[in-house]
Amino acid sequence: MSAPTRPMPGAPRPYEFPAVHRETLANGLRLVVAPMPRLPLVTVLALVDAGAATEARHEEGVAALTARALAEGTGALDGAAVTARFERLGTAFDATADWDSSVARLTVTTSRLEEAFALFAEVVQAPSFPAADVARLRDERLADLAQQLAEPRGLADERFEGFLYAAASRYARAAGGTAPHVAALDDAAVRAFHAAHYGPASTTLILVGDVTPAAARAMAERRFGAWRSAARPAAPLTAATARGGRRVVVVEKADAPQSELRVGHVGVPRMHPDHLPLVVMNGILGGLFSSRINLNLRERHAFTYGASSGFDWRRGPGPFVVSTAVKSEVTARAVEEILREIDGMRAAPPAADEVALATDYLAGVFPIRYESTSSVAGALAGATMFGLPEDWFARYRERIRAVTPADVHRVAQAHLDPSRLLVLAVGDAPVIAGPLESLGLGAVERFTSEQDPAEGSDA
Amino acid sequence: MRIPVETYTLPNGLRVQLSQDHATPVVAVNLWYHVGSANERAGRTGFAHLFEHMLFQGSAQVAANEHFELVQRAGGTLNGSTWLDRTNYYETLPSHQLELALWLEADRMARLLPAMTQEKLDTQRDVVKNERRWSVDNQPYGTWWERLPALCFPPEHPFHHSLIGSMEDLSAASLEDVAAFFRTYYTPDNAVLTIAGDFDEAEARAMVERHFGAIPRGAGRPALPDMSLPPTFGGWRREVVPDAVVAPRLFLAFRVPPAGDEAWYAASMLGAVLGMGAGSRLPHRLVREQQLASDAGAYTFDLTKGSDLLICDVTARPGVSAERLEAAVVAEVDRLIAEGVTAEERERALALLETSWVAGLQSAGGRADKLSQFATYRGDPSLVNDEPARHAAVSLEAMAAFARARLGADNRATLLYVPQAAAAEAA
Repeated sequence: MSAPTRPMPGAPRPYEFPAVHRETLANGLRLVVAPMPRLPLVTVLALVDAGAATEARHEEGVAALTARALAEGTGALDGAAVTARFERLGTAFDATADWDSSVARLTVTTSRLEEAFALFAEVVQAPSFPAADVARLRDERLADLAQQLAEPRGLADERFEGFLYAAASRYARAAGGTAPHVAALDDAAVRAFHAAHYGPASTTLILVGDVTPAAARAMAERRFGAWRSAARPAAPLTAATARGGRRVVVVEKADAPQSELRVGHVGVPRMHPDHLPLVVMNGILGGLFSSRINLNLRERHAFTYGASSGFDWRRGPGPFVVSTAVKSEVTARAVEEILREIDGMRAAPPAADEVALATDYLAGVFPIRYESTSSVAGALAGATMFGLPEDWFARYRERIRAVTPADVHRVAQAHLDPSRLLVLAVGDAPVIAGPLESLGLGAVERFTSEQDPAEGSDA
Repeated sequence: MRIPVETYTLPNGLRVQLSQDHATPVVAVNLWYHVGSANERAGRTGFAHLFEHMLFQGSAQVAANEHFELVQRAGGTLNGSTWLDRTNYYETLPSHQLELALWLEADRMARLLPAMTQEKLDTQRDVVKNERRWSVDNQPYGTWWERLPALCFPPEHPFHHSLIGSMEDLSAASLEDVAAFFRTYYTPDNAVLTIAGDFDEAEARAMVERHFGAIPRGAGRPALPDMSLPPTFGGWRREVVPDAVVAPRLFLAFRVPPAGDEAWYAASMLGAVLGMGAGSRLPHRLVREQQLASDAGAYTFDLTKGSDLLICDVTARPGVSAERLEAAVVAEVDRLIAEGVTAEERERALALLETSWVAGLQSAGGRADKLSQFATYRGDPSLVNDEPARHAAVSLEAMAAFARARLGADNRATLLYVPQAAAAEAA
């Protein structure tokens, strides 16, 4: 049987990101609507300019706790009744806070939109925050933290940022808050945060799916039009200080069969002009399955099930980090290979073909990423939060395709810095510390899993 | 809401499902092989999954790792997964790249073995061992998904043994095993192919014929042994596992009819009543009211051969004892048996299932996978469209009767993780 040879692609068919309608209500609330009428489904999202990055030290974790507590009651309804009403409408209300914003969202079938939207509006504007429920959610957060720190991956993620940022920086501690601070939060703190930050001037309402701009506007006027509040967006955190230069840290986990590895340094803010070339550079370095780091560590050396790199995009400079989990015995060799790939990225421009792999991938998957109402709503929330230009989505693919090997080389040299790398391994210290030491990157510092660098001072 | 589907079968036995939707220029290719860990021979646990890794190591015309590279270069996403009784492979691409995915899938279905080498096998064996360390051995509660089937299915039953496999069995896998497994199970008559999204039907049919038409039918497969089991465990099974965890976690399992059976829909509805959404019984009672648990849910495994499992999965708050946790979960199940389900709970469950059903239709990849699933397990992909109605057909009486018959003390299996420190104190 003669095998058919590799086929050529057909002619690309046109794609357009859903059209986006923007307006502002009289009270200052911004409304963003993107119709996607194919299925009877609507995602409703409220983006509030109230993130964890601007929390004061004594209230860390309050943004996340406030978001979680929104659905714990409004008017005559208690939390259980709110949950029951949403679920009878076939939907789940979900609210979270990240570094730069708080987001409440639900996805509902069109026939139940009106009723779900009315309750959504009530819990966002007028939550009752019962003391006992806020205390319960606070204790759930403490339980989650304990679980996360017992898990090697969670511990590595948490400690990496703790060792990376100066303790004075909010970024040194998890966005959801750490135990000593969260334990002190209560309903008064949550109520104060809501009053200070949740209001029409700091909120954008986003509706995506089977809804017209006119219908969305009418609903928004009816349910949010009377909202008055002195709340204003907080000044965003735009700078964050690193703790210091290159450092090698082992967090002990006795008898671990694998080391959770994190290698990286402070990156750049989302709105840095090099953002898109950095996305392409990262795709080549460790962002794709076919990236240099994954092919090296997984397919060439079989050190790991997978390895990746990424920039955490925030208003301030979030981390750049390479993450992987490797068999304990090869921990130091894996670090060596990661450093080799970072050096290689800086040493010479990538081949045009390698850049095309990343740019063709990023441009091609764009429509695949935005098949659902919730993914489009999430993208619009991000664009709003960062203040991206209105043509961002329309022109994303052409901008990605315009990135050149020279751009990639330039941003690798500008934004990857081996002299600043923090190498952190959560693993079996007696097995991995010696080989890590012999890499010559610096003395290996050993810590127990209980020692939290971010709770102390920087001295 | 229906997923449209056209079906036909090639002379070599490959079943093909076509489901058009032109809303966005995206197309999904999805291939299910009716083989999983249940088909492994003794001493080769984990092989079906290791074999899945080998399918990304190239074929006659595709170099190692080129499968990933070509799809990503085309602007597509891809992966594969292995389950107890099936393995799937899938790509979603810009619609003008449809033929690339078909060519890649056909090349490895027709001509995998010329590309297999000892070096590739050794590499993927180590990758999979690292996957095991990462997802099972170095993860709190990570062993649950091999301990629970081992507890619930008798030794020698095809669902009893570990899907990820033991290190020892992974070490034993050879190139001869790869060749035999490929020839036996990776044949067009043991597969279903689904194309969903933006494509022209006549063009797609021609492409399928061009790439898959000449692949020969297989020489037959050993049948799985009889997988039927008594309707209940016939007792209360129990395993307590001290682990490096900060809080107890309970898996309370019940044997239920195989997914798709008329009676199974009552189990699926009870799963939603017990553990779908924060307002369902276990989260409402144990997380909100009693504050014993930090997380609670319930679900079916959706096994279609012999029997399925309904599982309550509840993690305690740190400091809550395993005994208290288990007693509280059991009390909820007992209350369900004694009092049945309310009309409001049934409506709530159906509304949540409906939204989840519509949301699941949004992506081409999601639609394709559902069609492959129903073609493989039920013999007719269009049956997927009956799922909402079949759930809605379950009456309150049927749920109450099912709870009495299947959730009692003669049909329970407790898998309980306890913090090592607490276990040491108790000893």
